[in-house]
Amino acid sequence: MAAYKPVVVQACPKLGERITQDTLYWRGYKTPVQIKEFGAVNKIDFSPVPPYNYAVTASSRIHIYGRYSQEPIKTFSRFRDAAYCATYRDDGRLLAAGSEDGSVCLFDVSGKAPLRQFEGHTKPVHVVGFLSDKYRIFSGGDDYSSNLWDIPSATEIISYSEHTDYVRCGCASKVNADVFITGSYDHTVKLFDARTKSSVMTIEHGHPVESVLLFPSGGLLVSAGGRYVKVWDVLKGGQLLVSLKNHHKTVTCLCLNSSGQRLLSGSLDRHVKIYSTTSYKVVHSFNYATSILSLALSPEDETIVVGMTNGVLNIKHRKPEEKNENSQKKRQPAYRTYVKGRTYMPKQEDFCVSKPVKRVLRKYDKLLRSFQSSKALDAVLEPPIMLHTPEVTVAVMQELHRRGTLRSALAGRDEKQVNLLLTFVARRVIEPRFTPVLVTVADMITDIYQPVVGQSAIVDKQFLKLQQAIGKEIDYQEELLEVLGMMDTLFATFTKKRDTCLEESKSNGVTEIIETSPNY
Amino acid sequence: MVAPGALRVVRCGGSALGGARAVFSADSKQVGYLLFASGDFVKVYSVSTEETLLLMGGHAGLVTGIQLNPHNHMQLYSSSLDGTIKLWDFMDGIPIKTFTVGSKLLALYAVASAEDSVFVVIPKKGERDTFQLVSVKLTKGAGQDLEGKELSVVLDGVGASMKHIAFGREGAYVVSVKDVNLQVYFFKQKLLNRFSLNTMKTKGGDNRFSCVMCHPTEDCIATGHADGKIRLWRNFHHRKEYTYSTLHWHHDIVMDLAFSLEGTRLLSGGVESVLVQWHNESSCQKDFLPRLGSPIEYISMSSDGSLCCTLHEDNRITIINSNLRFSRSIQGLIKSKDVKTGLVVDPRTKALVLNGEPGHLQFYSTQTDQQLFSLDIVQRQHVHQAGLKQLDLVKVAFGAQGTWLATVEESEEVTDPELQLKLWFYNEETQSFKLNTRVNTPHDSHITDMCFRDVDELGEDSLILVTTGRDCVFKVWVMVEDTDPEAQQSVSWSCDFVGSYHNYQATNCCFSEDGSLLAVSFEGTVTVWDSLTWDLKCTFCHPPGNIRNICFGRLTCSKYLVGATDYGFLCCWNLLTCALEWSAHLNVVVLQPDPLSEHIAAVSWLSKKSSLFVFKPSEPRPIYIQRNLCKEKILLAAFVPRDEPEVISSEKHLWLRKSQPFFLTDTQELMTLSTKSLEERLTPSSKQLAVEESLPVTPFSVLLGKHRRQQAQEDTDLGKPLVHSKQEQASPAVRELLHTPAHVLPSASFLCTIFINSLLISKENKSAEEVADEVEMESEKAEDDSDEEDVTAMEQEDTSHMEFLGEMTCKLSKSQEKELRKIRKMDYSWIAAF
Repeated sequence: MAAYKPVVVQACPKLGERITQDTLYWRGYKTPVQIKEFGAVNKIDFSPVPPYNYAVTASSRIHIYGRYSQEPIKTFSRFRDAAYCATYRDDGRLLAAGSEDGSVCLFDVSGKAPLRQFEGHTKPVHVVGFLSDKYRIFSGGDDYSSNLWDIPSATEIISYSEHTDYVRCGCASKVNADVFITGSYDHTVKLFDARTKSSVMTIEHGHPVESVLLFPSGGLLVSAGGRYVKVWDVLKGGQLLVSLKNHHKTVTCLCLNSSGQRLLSGSLDRHVKIYSTTSYKVVHSFNYATSILSLALSPEDETIVVGMTNGVLNIKHRKPEEKNENSQKKRQPAYRTYVKGRTYMPKQEDFCVSKPVKRVLRKYDKLLRSFQSSKALDAVLEPPIMLHTPEVTVAVMQELHRRGTLRSALAGRDEKQVNLLLTFVARRVIEPRFTPVLVTVADMITDIYQPVVGQSAIVDKQFLKLQQAIGKEIDYQEELLEVLGMMDTLFATFTKKRDTCLEESKSNGVTEIIETSPNY
Repeated sequence: MVAPGALRVVRCGGSALGGARAVFSADSKQVGYLLFASGDFVKVYSVSTEETLLLMGGHAGLVTGIQLNPHNHMQLYSSSLDGTIKLWDFMDGIPIKTFTVGSKLLALYAVASAEDSVFVVIPKKGERDTFQLVSVKLTKGAGQDLEGKELSVVLDGVGASMKHIAFGREGAYVVSVKDVNLQVYFFKQKLLNRFSLNTMKTKGGDNRFSCVMCHPTEDCIATGHADGKIRLWRNFHHRKEYTYSTLHWHHDIVMDLAFSLEGTRLLSGGVESVLVQWHNESSCQKDFLPRLGSPIEYISMSSDGSLCCTLHEDNRITIINSNLRFSRSIQGLIKSKDVKTGLVVDPRTKALVLNGEPGHLQFYSTQTDQQLFSLDIVQRQHVHQAGLKQLDLVKVAFGAQGTWLATVEESEEVTDPELQLKLWFYNEETQSFKLNTRVNTPHDSHITDMCFRDVDELGEDSLILVTTGRDCVFKVWVMVEDTDPEAQQSVSWSCDFVGSYHNYQATNCCFSEDGSLLAVSFEGTVTVWDSLTWDLKCTFCHPPGNIRNICFGRLTCSKYLVGATDYGFLCCWNLLTCALEWSAHLNVVVLQPDPLSEHIAAVSWLSKKSSLFVFKPSEPRPIYIQRNLCKEKILLAAFVPRDEPEVISSEKHLWLRKSQPFFLTDTQELMTLSTKSLEERLTPSSKQLAVEESLPVTPFSVLLGKHRRQQAQEDTDLGKPLVHSKQEQASPAVRELLHTPAHVLPSASFLCTIFINSLLISKENKSAEEVADEVEMESEKAEDDSDEEDVTAMEQEDTSHMEFLGEMTCKLSKSQEKELRKIRKMDYSWIAAF
């Protein structure tokens, strides 16, 4: 004798994005705060020390924002023309920036006027950075040169003129105080050692380099340019490890998360992609309103700040993690009594008496078991089930149809219930997984309630809605068929060009047909 | 008999149980027996050990009724369509008497009040479809075969089923129902009362009678009706003032009714497969035992009322406790209405796999003749109701040595079949199949065929499933590894290729032995595809007519493709030359290749007879022909691999060496071919005859047994002969003592002498045997007081035999002794005829 089998609810595989740990992690940000800057945001840099203020370079100003401030807490605006690439020193007390007129300025974060000005570049300076010994600054300019400056004396130590185009990005090694990298529009990334007169390594990126990044270990180098993000092994003499092509417009900025496990890249195609640094697969991606120029992630991934070409600064803060310590404390003793004796392992000579497992049936299952069709349908038409798990409602309708009692279950309902039913059907009938069942249901409802059409405005309205939904769906399907036809013709021409019959179906007449005559 | 060397057609898988109500033996509570008709046999089943103890064969037709002899509860009457009534001793499975009545017997009733006659239903002479209830006087002749020609008609125009007639309290009256008429005949008054229901009274309902049962203690008749009502009739002595009350729960026809011993409870069952228990004939108090699996056909009660059993449509008996608890079920090959899945052999268990209960797949072991298990495929509540479009299993295929199972289920609706393709993976830990992938609507229309590509050498990756559908395409499904590490399962199945040919419906598919070629038949054309690139390689056809079956040759014949067409042609194509090798005119219904050899079996259906042809594709001449395999149409066939190759002397039957063919007819009969004669085949089952061995052991005997074993060991250590202890155990007195429950034993003082005697050796042993046998004989005498003539004859025989036995005892081994015992119990009454 078999027990009652509950109604099978068809689970559909979720198409599109699959939920992973990464998606959960990167979705854990609040709705973004948008701040309008004066011009395109070309650089965002977080202070490495708490409270993790960040410097935003846009137009001729550098704004410093606090963690949750909507207004800049400090502004450096003593630039005649556009400022570029305001970067914090490791201790967070000094800030360096390049400018359109070719000078590099050094600011104290508490002061206003620049502490030092390094003159030497003849063209705008787009990239500035501190070496890890804190006393030297490197810079790259549109005059194709990369310079190294001494902070105390404000003098140029060395100038490398090896690039053959604008130098637009750079980065200093964290492990070696003498090493820094610059990327240029001449498609190369060059690695310089301050102790030598020329570059020690040249890497061909293949596209104008927009951004470079060194891993904290100093062994891996990431360069972005064109649509590509490329990872190189510096220790192996600049061997290409992996080339990522996930954006469809120029990649403008790169950034590592605090743990170094994820690499983020922002692009003019309005996307930020997050890669795993172990598999170099995209694990998550963010969408923004306009093209992205700069991107920064605060320590502990607390904040993601993205700067765009239209001057909008987009700031996302992480949601605080929910903790319910109080409720757990209360439940603990109850849990202990609950598990009492459960951990007992039966010995060999023990005689085990197993308690029959009590199966919990859902309400609609209980009703279906006792053949109460109408009530079962009522149970699944309740708002929580109907709205959140429409597949349950449809499964029960299907089961009723299978039992042949769907018509009687649908019949005899008042205005409110018919309204509810029709709302559900009109909304869900176009979903492909529900269509076969709901078409039958819609058919029956119109059949049953045909005589009362016109008596209630609400029901009439729902009927019209249903009609509209179905009409729309039909138009849509027709369009799809047209597209399919177009694609078929395209494929047909495609197969004619190549003689092999790779085309799967409907490859008639391609192969010869051998027929044997019946001779016996 | 069949000439030696010829093959015998053996029917297996149990026969239809639906012939008659089952009967509980009425003897003791400890070991109850359940007796039921199974095809031409009567089976004896032990309720406590759940084993079939005896198979009583002898009838030449379907057994239609079995009844305990009301005067001797160790005997059983059975009637059959062959026109005989047999009286059996069901403890030993011996037919005592056979009464030949002459005409077909459709039902049998034995009533205590009728001294020496039983009642049977026979067709009325000269009229079709009219039946009469007659009483047959069972003459007390000396012989075994007697004539039962003294017929007297009791009632005319009765129903043919045994459910349509019931005998009232103490056999005072008999009730018969037919259509809307109820007849009551009182034996003493010789009064016949007729009542009829008004057919027009109930609107739409069909209030015809379906069954009738009489209250065991009161004058009350319960009738079941086709509209699901149960009516309780009283006061039916009067033609006018009769009354009836109605109980209504069933929504469909009431199939059978049964009263409890005192008549306080009434059981009813029907198509809903729910057993309903009505208390005190009131409709407010009732209990249910729902979901019994399949429609209830018969209900019967044991005489003490502690058990009842229901006989189901699908060849199953369910035993139910008095408190309506499911106890156990007896189940052979479940006969589903329509075997759509075909006969498939599970490579793991070598069991036949086919449709079982609705929505289930049954695994039926041919060796042990029992159902191994039933796998729920559809996993939906099955509502037993006529006219519902149910989901059912239509296709099954096994792949990769039984690790993968593919099933297709669809609803019976023609326009919009609810198709589902399911792939199951065999879980070694739980030893069962687990659902891996479910594909909704794999094809737009019905799936016609399905097969796995299963090649060992290519490894697990080579596993490919092909389905063909009426939507004019065939689809190739492959395993896809799931890259996401957090996914629950590592592999799933998805569609890889869709092929079609001129928009013809795809009907069959088949992979070659090495898996390189796929043959798909599209109506009249066979297409051969390369399974690597999915290129169409060549096509074959044999007009006119569509292709019915295709299969590739195996081993040495792997270059051949064999096909059968609608118009009665069997063709064999050579794949190397792409030409027709040979063809034969034969209306082939089933084409089944043997997986272990190059032989192919073809079953034809011509002039209402099925014939079997076994051939190799390389030769147009069949190597074996069996015409008239059976009269039914064979629909399905399968080769079950043998565990070890059978030794076959005849060269003609060498094709049976590695695997055994099984056939399933349209009447759901399972048949096989065997070279062994009937006697050889039956020997293993006759071993079960030792009923005594199945008795439960008492704690005392266990204790004693342990002690004995120890002693025996010591004896052997000391070099003593083992004879003593052996004989001690074998002595029936000791056995009697050990096996009888303590509370029924006589006083110890009485037993003492017997026991002591039994322990004595050599000379004294003889007397001990005799004493024990006397005890047994006494009990026999008590039982067999009805036909004393027989017994006296037997006793004479027995005693003469006993003397002989007594002399021999000391030399007899245990097994020999058992043999002799059996001989003693045999019927020697035939000697009396001389």
